[in-house]
Amino acid sequence: MTIVEHRPRRQGRAWAGHDGRRGIAVALFILAAAAVAGPAAAMDNSYAQVQRGRYLAAAGDCEDCHTAAGGKPYAGGRAIPTPFGTIYSPNITPDQATGLGGWTRDQFYRAMHEGLSAHGAHLYPAFPYTNFTRATREDVDDIWAYLQTLDPVRSRHPPNELPWPLSMRWVMSVWNTLFFDEGTFKPTPGKSAEWNRGAYLVEGLGHCGACHTQKNFLGADEGGSFLQGGGVQDWFASNLGGDHRDGLGAWSKDDIVEYLATGRNRHAGAGGPMGEVIQYSTSKMTHDDLAAIATYLKDLPSQPENAGSDSTWDQIVGFFEGHRSASDNEDGGAKPDDKVMAAGEAIYVDQCAACHKADGTGVPGMFPPLRGNANVQARSPTTVAHAILYGVRTEPTNARPTPFAMPAYGWKLKNPEVAAVATYVRNAWGNHAAPVTRDQVHDVRTGIVASE
Amino acid sequence: MATKLPEVDILLVGFGWTGAILAQELTEAGLNVLALERGAWRDTPTDFAPTFIQDELRYYYRHALFQEPMRETLTFRNSPDQTALPMRRLGSFLPATGVGGAGIHWNGQTWRFLPSDFVARSHNEQRYGPLADGLTVQDWGVTYDELEPYYDKFEYLCGISGKAGNIQGKIQPGGNPFEGARQRDYPNPPMEMTYAPTIFAQAAEKVGVHPFPCPSANMSRPYTNPLGVQLGPCTYCGFCEKYACGNYSKSSPQTTILPVVMRKPNFTLKTECEVLTINRDSTGRRATGVTYVDAQGREWEQPADIVVLTAFILNNVQLLLTSGIGKPYDPGTGQGTIGKNYAYQIVSSVNVFYDDKLMNPFIGAGALGVGVDDWNGDNFDHSGLGFIGGGYLACWTTNGRPIETHPVPKGTPMWGAKFKKAVRDSYLRTATVSTHGAVMSHRNNHLDLDPTYRDVHGRPLLRMTFDYHDNEHKMSDYLTAKATEIAKAMGGREVDAKPRTGPYSIVPYQTTHNTGGAIMGTDPRSSAVNRYLQSWDVPNLFVMGASAFPQNPGYNPTGTVGALTYWAAAAIRNQYLKHPGPLVQA
Repeated sequence: MTIVEHRPRRQGRAWAGHDGRRGIAVALFILAAAAVAGPAAAMDNSYAQVQRGRYLAAAGDCEDCHTAAGGKPYAGGRAIPTPFGTIYSPNITPDQATGLGGWTRDQFYRAMHEGLSAHGAHLYPAFPYTNFTRATREDVDDIWAYLQTLDPVRSRHPPNELPWPLSMRWVMSVWNTLFFDEGTFKPTPGKSAEWNRGAYLVEGLGHCGACHTQKNFLGADEGGSFLQGGGVQDWFASNLGGDHRDGLGAWSKDDIVEYLATGRNRHAGAGGPMGEVIQYSTSKMTHDDLAAIATYLKDLPSQPENAGSDSTWDQIVGFFEGHRSASDNEDGGAKPDDKVMAAGEAIYVDQCAACHKADGTGVPGMFPPLRGNANVQARSPTTVAHAILYGVRTEPTNARPTPFAMPAYGWKLKNPEVAAVATYVRNAWGNHAAPVTRDQVHDVRTGIVASE
Repeated sequence: MATKLPEVDILLVGFGWTGAILAQELTEAGLNVLALERGAWRDTPTDFAPTFIQDELRYYYRHALFQEPMRETLTFRNSPDQTALPMRRLGSFLPATGVGGAGIHWNGQTWRFLPSDFVARSHNEQRYGPLADGLTVQDWGVTYDELEPYYDKFEYLCGISGKAGNIQGKIQPGGNPFEGARQRDYPNPPMEMTYAPTIFAQAAEKVGVHPFPCPSANMSRPYTNPLGVQLGPCTYCGFCEKYACGNYSKSSPQTTILPVVMRKPNFTLKTECEVLTINRDSTGRRATGVTYVDAQGREWEQPADIVVLTAFILNNVQLLLTSGIGKPYDPGTGQGTIGKNYAYQIVSSVNVFYDDKLMNPFIGAGALGVGVDDWNGDNFDHSGLGFIGGGYLACWTTNGRPIETHPVPKGTPMWGAKFKKAVRDSYLRTATVSTHGAVMSHRNNHLDLDPTYRDVHGRPLLRMTFDYHDNEHKMSDYLTAKATEIAKAMGGREVDAKPRTGPYSIVPYQTTHNTGGAIMGTDPRSSAVNRYLQSWDVPNLFVMGASAFPQNPGYNPTGTVGALTYWAAAAIRNQYLKHPGPLVQA
């Protein structure tokens, strides 16, 4: 087997299929030639612009969603599970028939800014145009210039699996009227340039809120819950607010930068969907941009306890399914049962303490401390249950190449045992969070099985 | 008919410790490196998870991590006048298969050899006169001082926990005063000591010798090595030797190198690919590559500019012999080099039983212990003793694994109520002092090809001819007596010595410290490889590992295997690449 980190691709192989290192010069020649015959926009292509575009595409985590498992980068076809059905990401390589080959630069900008395809059809907000609309025209053009240098890949994605009426794209015009706030980012006066750069990245290309903001029953951001955590693909994307218990209150600015750059810090290691974000996006960003993001995040307010605990959507799902959903949690202040805590502690000592230590202090930078851990104390127990049931593999980076992983316990612990140990870690050593029920564990266990 | 593949710069045959080190070092030099491993890919989170790895039945008694004799084994005899028979079940030693090799299931006891060990023949002859008849001991062709930077490099790669005894010539209190001078201390402090080694240390001091915490590849604290790879602190679970570590706490290729080297675009690993033969050009002086067979049974010809044998010693030697490289060793004439000077280790132990002291043996680690080096190598005067060399004494608490660990006093029945009672009484209340002795090379001890038995590919099996001779028995008896003396000072109720007697048996487990067969040296007539582990016969062929040891000193081999590999890698990078050809003129 071979594992190769840097796939030889991208610039220099656009149309000619050249191999090797002559890349950039050849590309520039071809791009210059293309400019004669191609759309006027190609005149703007330059090495500097393409490199800016490559960086911004990383900042936008484009490759992550637009690459299927084992597929060619940016050739699309990745299944994006949504509460409404599965959407498949499109091919954004410059292939004429199946990619963006027939698009113009203006059409690409309109897609990013307004959520409309080349032909004017509505895109689904699984493509986060609600965030990308904040990106400047110049940045979007740079991304376009970069995407034009990719190998054209002929690859058509499967049809989306959405129920009527969502299968009709025009329905999204109603959705946009309700929820879409179109417009380029406007700096906030009185805030520093660094803060505004962070806001631009977080709210715009970085589209952090796509996961970290709770969604309403139509999949739009729940009002007043910006970046306070949300459910995503059987995980709970943590609260990025300043809360000490379940937010980033205990994280310093340097902690945030280190986490985004390397995938781990003294508090946590990134796995699951955030691991992908680290791999495709933040580990490729500059220290200055990560510091700007950290400055902005550290300025987010902390929330009163229980704010945004239940999304409308979760309530509706819970109503129809007849039981509480995994992210449901009406009483963050409930005291866990002593017997459950005793059972949980016994399991913890046998199964968990070797790495996370009997006192929950872990091995910072390797095995995350659970004492004071924001993910562990999140208002939703989804992530902690997911980690216990299925394990977590942290994302290796060049800076931190060791792929530390937590093994799966789903095969050796039953739902009540997972619930007990999860309740224990959420309430031991000064931690405080709602107890976890066996039904909640059941939901996480079966939810994942169903999606496989 | 083998299908020919595109050429690579470096081809590594086997992917354990030596393969991983070379992959890292030679990809750093910009070379295109391919490793072929006969076993499967394995990594810590997938294959060694702590949710299942501490399973005695599966891993030790059913040999889950070891070479399968159904696929590859050897034949054995004690002396050249016997007929060798195949080893159908592993016993005395436990070779591995799969990525990481035996670097996965070792204990982690990571020593340097003594300066005098590298000049064993000239040093001993100078001090004690001619060696006894039959001893084929040789100097290595490399000195301790030359290897020191590479020992250091391997220890820092691994994150060895220990206490230096000699830093740049200055003796350090609490360390091993007999060790060669080292440039700096170990990267990590010694492990936390358990009770038995603590009592042993006190007794050793009482007897007037020099106890020190043994150097350990089990982490005494979290460690990030110079490559940026991280190891976790040891949990003292007592599942090291014969097991993989699920907590990233024992140095192995997986925990020190692979996370980095596997990310490199100029490195490729192919697993489940077994090399059948080393190919050469018409002159026979140049290796052109290898032929290997994949899991589907397809044969491939893989050309390479440099071929490096990085398998276990038995496989290295078999491949040299079946490929017809070099002259096979003939014990009758003493001529030939391939298969010469096979050696091993001689071990014994002394148990101390207590009534009132609890040793809690289940709190253990593979290299957790206190050692005494006063009778190793030439650290003591051998005049009149009738042997050369020596070994260390140590009180380890490697494990209290329930199936394996049931120390009972002498005279206890082997089953029934009395046995059970004795196990109950002794399990928590026993300390063991072990001796770990050198094996000096002997004219009769060697490896060659078996005339009768063949492997799954139709190649002759390797034939091992080995026994302990006078030097080993005298030395081991001497060490066992010294161990008994310290054991008696440990304040127990009863002291039972278990000396090593009689001929070597390949059945009971002893140690996987097989050495020799492709030994290094200064003369192509008496060694297979030169001081850079380069074949005298085929200069673009290098042979790594303990197969290069001319004899086996009284320490565990891995530290020296690591150092020699870095030493050879530096020679390839700094000398061979500039001037391909023999690095030493014969």
